[in-house]
Amino acid sequence: MSTINSVSDQALREEVRQWLSDNWHEALADELSNEAYGWETSAARKEWLGKVLEARWAVLRWPEEWYGRELSNDQAKIIEREFARVGAPGSGQDRTNLWVNTLLAAGQQGLKEKLIAPLLRNEVNMCLLYSEPGAGSDLAGIRTRADRLGDHYVVNGQKVWTSGARVADYGMLIARTDWEVPKHKGISFFFCPMDQEGIEVRPLRQITDEAHFNEVFITDAIVPAENRLGEEGTGWQVLNTALAYERSVMGETARGPRSGVATVTDEEPLVALAREADRLDDPALRQDIAQTIAYKHLNALNSARAKADLAQGTSSSIMSLGKLAMSRILHEEARVRTEILGPGSLFEGAEYPRSEDANFLTLNAYFTSIGGGTDQIQRNVIGERVLGLPKEPEVDKHIPFRDVRTS
Amino acid sequence: MTIQTGFTEDQEQFREVVARFLQDKSQPAAVRKLMASEQGYDPGVWQQLSSEVGLTGTHLPEVYGGFGFGPIELGIAAEEMGRHLYCGPFFASAVMAGYALLNAAHESARQELLPDIAAGTTIATLVLDNLNEPDRVGAGVTAEDSTLDGVAPLVLDAHVANILVVIAGEGDALGLYHLPADADGVDIQAVEALDPTRKLCSVAFSQVGADRIGSVSGEAMNAIWNDICVALAHEMIGGAQHLLDSTIEYTKIRYQFGRPIGSFQGLKHRCADLLMEVEFAKAATHHAARCLAAGEGEPYIANMVKAMAADIYMKAAKEAIQMRGGIGFTWEEDTHLWYKRAKSSEVFMGTPSVHRERMMRLIEAEEVLA
Repeated sequence: MSTINSVSDQALREEVRQWLSDNWHEALADELSNEAYGWETSAARKEWLGKVLEARWAVLRWPEEWYGRELSNDQAKIIEREFARVGAPGSGQDRTNLWVNTLLAAGQQGLKEKLIAPLLRNEVNMCLLYSEPGAGSDLAGIRTRADRLGDHYVVNGQKVWTSGARVADYGMLIARTDWEVPKHKGISFFFCPMDQEGIEVRPLRQITDEAHFNEVFITDAIVPAENRLGEEGTGWQVLNTALAYERSVMGETARGPRSGVATVTDEEPLVALAREADRLDDPALRQDIAQTIAYKHLNALNSARAKADLAQGTSSSIMSLGKLAMSRILHEEARVRTEILGPGSLFEGAEYPRSEDANFLTLNAYFTSIGGGTDQIQRNVIGERVLGLPKEPEVDKHIPFRDVRTS
Repeated sequence: MTIQTGFTEDQEQFREVVARFLQDKSQPAAVRKLMASEQGYDPGVWQQLSSEVGLTGTHLPEVYGGFGFGPIELGIAAEEMGRHLYCGPFFASAVMAGYALLNAAHESARQELLPDIAAGTTIATLVLDNLNEPDRVGAGVTAEDSTLDGVAPLVLDAHVANILVVIAGEGDALGLYHLPADADGVDIQAVEALDPTRKLCSVAFSQVGADRIGSVSGEAMNAIWNDICVALAHEMIGGAQHLLDSTIEYTKIRYQFGRPIGSFQGLKHRCADLLMEVEFAKAATHHAARCLAAGEGEPYIANMVKAMAADIYMKAAKEAIQMRGGIGFTWEEDTHLWYKRAKSSEVFMGTPSVHRERMMRLIEAEEVLA
C-alpha cells in the first residue's frame, strides 16, 4: 500500500470531520432519505456527490490523477467511517462503484476522461448487458456480435436480465468480436450507448409480479471504438473484474420482506413474528429461528471481514462465499416465516402484510440464488478458484466458437 | 473497549509458534500412541508445552503467574490444538479449571492455585456433574459443611489430575471447592469413551472434605460456561479446518474415471459448501473471543458459536469420511480420529440444540429489558 500523502490518521479525521460539518446538513440528509426509490438520481444527490468528488472524498485509494488521494486502505476506512457516521453518501466508491472501478481498470484514456467524473456524481445511468437467452450460466457462450466498421462497432443480438435498461445512458456490454477462436478468446467488452435507434428495451415480468428486469434487443446499434474496455478479445478478463465487484455487493445486500410495513417492533423480526403468531413456545420452531438468526449474524461478520480483502481492482473469488451464504439465508428465512404463519401464509393482499412478506421472500429468494450467477456456478467458482480443484473437462473450450454446439 | 477486528501481528506470530510446536509434537502417529495409552498424554511434551512455550498460562493474569493475554490468544492456542488433535490435559486444567477459578474463586484461592496451573506443574480438572446445561449443575454432586457427596459421571482427564476443582450444589446455590485428587473418599474411574483422544473419568465423592473457595452465582456459572465454550469452539474450528484442508488435498490426488475426483461437480460443490461453512464458523468464533476480550457484544454469542462450530465440525468430519470413500472407513486412515473428536466436542458442554435454545432465551430476555 503506497501512501504518497503521509498525512496522519488524526489530521485526516479532523479534516473530514470539519468538511462534513461545513457541508453536510440535516435538511440535506432528510431530502436525500426522502428520495423516491428508483433508477434515476435526484438533483440534490447529484449536487452532493459533486461536492464529495470535488473535495476528493469519493475514491480515496485511487491515484490523484483520477480524483483520488492514494490513501492506504486503513486511512480510507477512517474517512468512510466518518461519512457513515453522519449518514452521508458518496465516499468509498473505489470499493463499491462497479462502473467506475471497471472503467478505471480497463478503459481507454478518452472514455475515462469523459465518464469517470459523471459516474462518480451519478449523472450517468448504467446497466449490464451480459446474459442472453442462450448464455446464462455459460456466459462465455454469448452470441451477440460486434463487428468493427472503421472507428466504430456494429452490434446485433439480444440481452436479458438487464436492470435499469430503460433509463440507462450506457450498458456494460459483452459481445463476440471473433468467431474463429475458442469462446473465451473472442469476446470484447464495451460501454454501449443506450439512447439510440438500434436499442429496444422491453420489461420482463418476474414470478413476484414485478418487472425489475428487461430484455434488450439490439439491432445494428453503434458503439464507438473508444468505448471498448481492454483490447479486442480480452473482454472475458474485463468481465471477471466487473463480476467480482457485483458479487461483493450482492453478498452484502439483498431485499428482505417486501415492504417493511409488517415489521411490528424493534424486536428481532422472527422472534416478533413468532410471538405475534403465538408460536414462540414451539421448541422445534425455536431451533429454526435461532439457526436463522445465527446465519444472518455470521454473514454480517463474514462480509465485514471480506470487505477488507477486496483490494481495488482485484477479482476476489472469496466474495462468492457471501453470496452463496446470503442465498441460503433468504431461502431459509422464507421457510421459517412460512412455518411460523402456517396456513395463514396462504393469504395474499394488503390486509395480510405478514403473509405478503413471507410469500415475497419465498419468491424473491431466487433473485439472489440465481441472479448474478446461480448458486451452482458460485460453487464452481469457489471450488476452482479458491480451493484450486480441477475443472470439469470442457468440450467447447479449445475449438473455434463457430463450431460449438447449441440447444 | 471496542471489539477487535482481525488479528494483530503479535497474535499471528503467536499462532505460528504454537502451530510449529504442535506440528512437531502432535503428528497422527503420536496421537495414535497416546490415545491407546492409559494416561493419554506425553508428560515430556506437556512439560515443554507448559514451561517452554508457556501455553498453560496464556490467558491467566500475570499476578497469578500467567502471561496476561486473553480469550483471543487462548483461542489461537486451542484452535491449533484442535487442528493437530493435541492429546493432553490442557483443556481440563488451563481452560476449564482455570476459568472456574478466575470467575468464581476467592482471591486467596486464586493466588494459591493458579500459578501452578499456569506453570503446568499442577494438573487440575473441573468437576461438573452435568455437561449439557449450566442450569442443571449441582444436582449430582452436593456439598454440606464443606463435605462433598455424589457422582459426576463425565470428567475430563481426572485420572491424571493432581487437584479437583468442583462446582457442587448447596441447596439452591452452588459453591466452588477444591481438593487433592487422591483424597480419601474420592473414587476416579476411567470411562471407556467414543473419542480416545480425550480421556474421560467418572468421579465419585463419598463424604469427602474439601476447601470451599467461593460461591458460584448464576452469572458466574454462565461466565465459566461461556468462556469454556468459546475456547472449545476454537478447538473445533481448528479441527474443521484440518478436515477441510486434508479433504480438498485428497480430492486433488485421488483419480477415478481418469481424472481427479475433485473435478466432479458432485464433490466440488460439497467442497465449496464446506469452505463456506468453515470460513463462517471461523469468522464467528474469532468474533466471539474478541467479544469476551472486550466485555461487549451479544449476550448469546458464546451459545451461537458453540452450536455453529459443533455443527460445522461434524459436517466437515462426515464429509471428510464420505468423500474419501472406502479408505475413510478404515482404522488405518487418520480421518476417524478427528471424526471422533468432532463427535465428542459436539456434545461436550451442551449439544447444539441446547445452545440454540439458550440463545433464544437470551434474545427474549434482551427484548423484555428493552
